[in-house]
Amino acid sequence: MKDSLIHPDLRSPRNEAPVGPDGTRLQHAEGTSQPLRTRSAEPQPRGAKVDGDKPIDQREAAARFIAAPEHARMHDERLWDLRRKRDAEMQAIPEWEELRELASQIKAHTLAHLDQYLEEFEANAKANGVHVHWAQDGTAHNQIVHDILRQHGAKRLIKSKSMLTEECGFRHYMAGTDIEVVETDLGERIQQLDNEAPSHVVVPAVHKLRRDVAEVFARTLGSDPDSEDVPYLARQQREATRPLILTADAGLTGANFAVAETGSFVVCTNEGNADLSANVPALHIASIGIEKLIPRIEHLGVFIRLLSRSALGSPITQYTSHFRRPRNGGEMHIVLVDNGRSARLGMESFWTSLKCIRCGACMNTCPVYRRSGGLSYGATYSGPIGLILDPTFDKRKYSTLPFASTLNGSCSDVCPVKINIHEQIFAWRKVLAEAHEIPLAKRQMMKAAGAVLSRPALYRAAIETADSALRYLPKFMVHNRWNAWTEGREMPPAPQETFHAWYARTHLKPTGDKVPGGKGAPDEPA
Amino acid sequence: MRVALFVPCYVDACEPQVGIATLELLQRFGLDVTYPFDQTCCGQPMTNTGCHAEAAATEALFVRNFSGFDYIVVPSGSCAHQVRAHMTAIPQTEAVTAVRERTFELVEFLHDILKVDAFPWAQFPYKVSYHSNCNALRGIGHAAQSELHQPFWSKPLDLLMKVKGIELVQIARPDECCGFGGTFSVFEPAVSVKMGYDKVADHARAGAEYVVSADSSCLMHQQGCARRLGTGIRFIHIAQILNGAPA
Repeated sequence: MKDSLIHPDLRSPRNEAPVGPDGTRLQHAEGTSQPLRTRSAEPQPRGAKVDGDKPIDQREAAARFIAAPEHARMHDERLWDLRRKRDAEMQAIPEWEELRELASQIKAHTLAHLDQYLEEFEANAKANGVHVHWAQDGTAHNQIVHDILRQHGAKRLIKSKSMLTEECGFRHYMAGTDIEVVETDLGERIQQLDNEAPSHVVVPAVHKLRRDVAEVFARTLGSDPDSEDVPYLARQQREATRPLILTADAGLTGANFAVAETGSFVVCTNEGNADLSANVPALHIASIGIEKLIPRIEHLGVFIRLLSRSALGSPITQYTSHFRRPRNGGEMHIVLVDNGRSARLGMESFWTSLKCIRCGACMNTCPVYRRSGGLSYGATYSGPIGLILDPTFDKRKYSTLPFASTLNGSCSDVCPVKINIHEQIFAWRKVLAEAHEIPLAKRQMMKAAGAVLSRPALYRAAIETADSALRYLPKFMVHNRWNAWTEGREMPPAPQETFHAWYARTHLKPTGDKVPGGKGAPDEPA
Repeated sequence: MRVALFVPCYVDACEPQVGIATLELLQRFGLDVTYPFDQTCCGQPMTNTGCHAEAAATEALFVRNFSGFDYIVVPSGSCAHQVRAHMTAIPQTEAVTAVRERTFELVEFLHDILKVDAFPWAQFPYKVSYHSNCNALRGIGHAAQSELHQPFWSKPLDLLMKVKGIELVQIARPDECCGFGGTFSVFEPAVSVKMGYDKVADHARAGAEYVVSADSSCLMHQQGCARRLGTGIRFIHIAQILNGAPA
């Protein structure tokens, strides 16, 4: 990439990327995250305002994000950089498209036989000495985990990053108990300290500048608010959190994959924090969504090759940890969580969204997500995958999200398990319109447009008699939102006549012929 | 070969010269081109908003207007994609499926059906950046997609390379959406405009004098952004260049 295209914050003269065994700088993924230097104190834009199950105003939150140019630019460029690295990794694998197809088929097959594979997984996990629990929804999950912790007299739980626990509102639930929860993923810990949800499924604090992190640490850990030095900030956080980790009573992880034939599960991280959560305390609880199943250990290779390449543009995560049985003297629990997944499996147009492996590639490539920030969606899942998952949780609250897309289709192209994301976004719009979950004004506008566009004479009369066809047409297509166009754009120059008028003037005889479809022609009933 | 010309509503009203260039270009190849006079729109504004029922009458009118032709040619990848992939609000009779299958976007019609190998009347001595409409690129397969592992190919660039004097420049994010997105452009203006500004800046950095596309909708949006930004870059539809438009 040309240097001029890189945000000044990303153009650091000092290369702080980690050094590999051969002495060269690591080129992939988080290894090349560059330090950010900010020159002004632009406050971090906050996410969507959430009010019960009222529809989220993603547009309003996105506009505020864009109005913070330092954040908006850094966010776009940082995530685009992940997309570029993903492309480079993809280009290096000749069988990339074959892998995607294979991954898609394995997931589709597993989902089609999910009951069978879940039972196989449960039986094998139990045989390994693991306690297996089933949770129908988030509340059940939270109670099961709480009960396990209570039975062990646990006072502090360390947990690694898990979107499933976000879905279940686990941290919020635990805040009402006397058990402390400490996040071990650095990004997730930053978000926890800032009392903010993760804005991305893989890089949860990606919307924050270095200065924002300094502010959070100063407020919560007592570090120097004026120091934005990365090693300093990392050390402050480490010194504050490491003792909490070392003396924790229980650990909680998620799982990227659960293997039916072995009853084992796999967690992929770059910080090794899942290993801390799983191995430091004697009690390990794993919360696993039922869609994480794959049939056999040999299938794992397909997904491991795709996951980190798609997510961060690195060949593999630093840690790919397999968990099979409790360690000596320890205890291991698995909570298998449905939370709407069975219902989704029954949705004809949307069930393939369960193939998702939460790599975030669709978010990194999405031009709307990159410019809106993940918190603008006001939901657990943001970006393209969020647009199709969130309405399955609450059709009204998330009714606006499928409209936060240009339907450009890049998300479907980068998806490692070939979910037709943009087609599902399109399909959700129809479902929402039919369920009257789009604004009445929008629907009436479309009704009016449909009425005019299906009657040639009315349509012609409308655009030929207006002062300017140009001024009329967009108005009638988008009603009174024409001024939304001119907020940031100039109007196109007004032509002297429409194509239709030009054609009539140049191709039809001037007299005798009635102009078909022109003024005075009979209206075709719709 | 009986060919019908479909002029999208916004081309009819805002960019009539694109319709004229398309008609003239098709006639240069000796085609019998009809402009069905009662045509209006493909129904995309309603369908893309989820309002399929509201699009039904417009779709039915489209089929009445365009039945009986060997090909229906439209200078828009977005409208061609709508007809082919999404014209499903009405019962899929034989007449409906025939019209849907016979609808072609201009570039693919020239490239795949007519297999045009020269545009001797055309010259365009400028630095040009090509903008792919997303429906043209990913919906109807105009070109290789940067996200996929596949060898490079491009129908619109194949055609443009046959134009004398043209110099193509490469932008940093060639497949990135420009933010038009149909009704998205007015329902989500802040993000739409930001995407447009970023796209215009990308063209400008690449040194483009003209942005060319097979879709006037993206061009209108980007032109609106460029003018607001005060960027002197110009915008032109591929039909105009291939028809030998003086720049």
